[in-house]
Amino acid sequence: MAAKTIISRPIYGTLSPQPGKHHLFIADAEGALAILDMAKTAPPGFFDGAEIVFIPGPDGKHVAVLEALKPAQFHQAPSFASLLPRLKQTLANAHMGLRLYLAGTEGLIGQAMQVALEAGIDHTSMQTEHRGSLARRMQCVHCKGITENVTTQPATCSHCGLLLLVRDHYSRRLAAFQGVCINAEDRSEIPPTEEAFP
Amino acid sequence: MSTGTTKLNVVVSDVVPVNELVTRFHFRRRDGQMLPTFSGGAHVVVEMRDGDRTRLNPYSLMGSPLDTREYTISVRRDDIGRGGSLFMHRSVKPGLEMVISYPVNLFSLDLRAKKHLMLAGGIGITPFMAQTAQLAGEGGNFELHYTCRTASLGTYADVLRERYDRRIRLYHDDRDERIDLDRLLSTQPLGTHLYVCGPAGMINWVRDRAASLGWPSEAVHFEHFAAPQPGLPFDVTLAVSGKTIRVGEQQSLLEAIEAAGVDPPYLCRGGVCGQCETNVISYDGKFIHNDHWLSEEDHRSGCKIMPCVSRFEGRSLVLER
Repeated sequence: MAAKTIISRPIYGTLSPQPGKHHLFIADAEGALAILDMAKTAPPGFFDGAEIVFIPGPDGKHVAVLEALKPAQFHQAPSFASLLPRLKQTLANAHMGLRLYLAGTEGLIGQAMQVALEAGIDHTSMQTEHRGSLARRMQCVHCKGITENVTTQPATCSHCGLLLLVRDHYSRRLAAFQGVCINAEDRSEIPPTEEAFP
Repeated sequence: MSTGTTKLNVVVSDVVPVNELVTRFHFRRRDGQMLPTFSGGAHVVVEMRDGDRTRLNPYSLMGSPLDTREYTISVRRDDIGRGGSLFMHRSVKPGLEMVISYPVNLFSLDLRAKKHLMLAGGIGITPFMAQTAQLAGEGGNFELHYTCRTASLGTYADVLRERYDRRIRLYHDDRDERIDLDRLLSTQPLGTHLYVCGPAGMINWVRDRAASLGWPSEAVHFEHFAAPQPGLPFDVTLAVSGKTIRVGEQQSLLEAIEAAGVDPPYLCRGGVCGQCETNVISYDGKFIHNDHWLSEEDHRSGCKIMPCVSRFEGRSLVLER
């Protein structure tokens, strides 16, 4: 569970059914379990007005249980990038009364939130629940390149190769944690690498 | 001192009757300088020196924020209120020197919105006069739905229609025209923000329907200045200042505290901003809460009171003031 360290570090809640006319769920991997838990408290007919967009993890699990909730629409995607055009289209045509629920890894929650923010939804009015990996999406503050699924501290920038301290400093606009060169004074100084975000 | 309690010395430059109930007042700075910048939705607190009595009432600025040569407010006459609006209507004439506060905005536009949906009832139109002017200047996307009792009491409806044409929708009670609220709220594009200003009943209705239809509270903005209600006189002990005071029938608790020479913080004087929130040390009796600031839980707890609009009935009340 993510702990609050500095003010920009996102904290996540527990999904709960909101009043609304349409309910859009975006989840990856174990995020499916957050939807299942929420479904236990949802009023009858809740999923009649729901759309679930799901990116299964490498094990491909949880698809059948989500389909069993009988949402009005169920859409499965291999990656966030592949569902992005569809998500943008859905939000562009949506009306007030649509509620957004994001569940799964921080990378998924952050990137979906980034798109929803651009569509005019306030981040505090989105339901979020973190499940699964703690892997981070990181921006190198030096070359601005994004590295996905960072699990170590420090981590190497996949663009410029600098060794970066992965900070808790988070940007909602970029949907990424900030990585700052850890050995700028002396590049030969290599601190031990830990598996900090399993 | 907070911004809102910094004063501006102004002179009344014009007084314009708008209809049978509403009069518009124009203020300019006595030193001829420009007035401070404000944003649509801001209000000023006007000091009304009426003999030995001073009233301080908040009014929304209704001029364009793009023009700060003068401020304008519109005051609806309230024949059964505490007399502030009657004083404005009867005693304020062009040339009168008055004191007003710096503008404070507790009802500002959220400029991240994709669209601004405005709902006005009666004199609640005033903040929207400034907001629409601000948005029109920036090419903003807005739509205003304005409910009034009759066409002749539709203050500024003609001006708004002239300026913004079909962006303004009018509803007249006497013609039985009713806003189809559920339909309106359900057909707004994602990213719309809702603004409502009018009678308390209208605000509650709109907020309630919006919440039920899935509008997040972050997208719903409202403003209702509660006028302090008259009531039975009551006694209060101010523990910090070591004074015991009596709150008169026509006086607010805040005014009584000020009359006793204590200078508590305040800003809107309408139960909205939270500045004058006061801790209750002990009480024996019943609170009459009229504010929109404290939570229901705070109201039930008996630990806090907003002295600008709320009263008390009972044997004793001790405040941390």
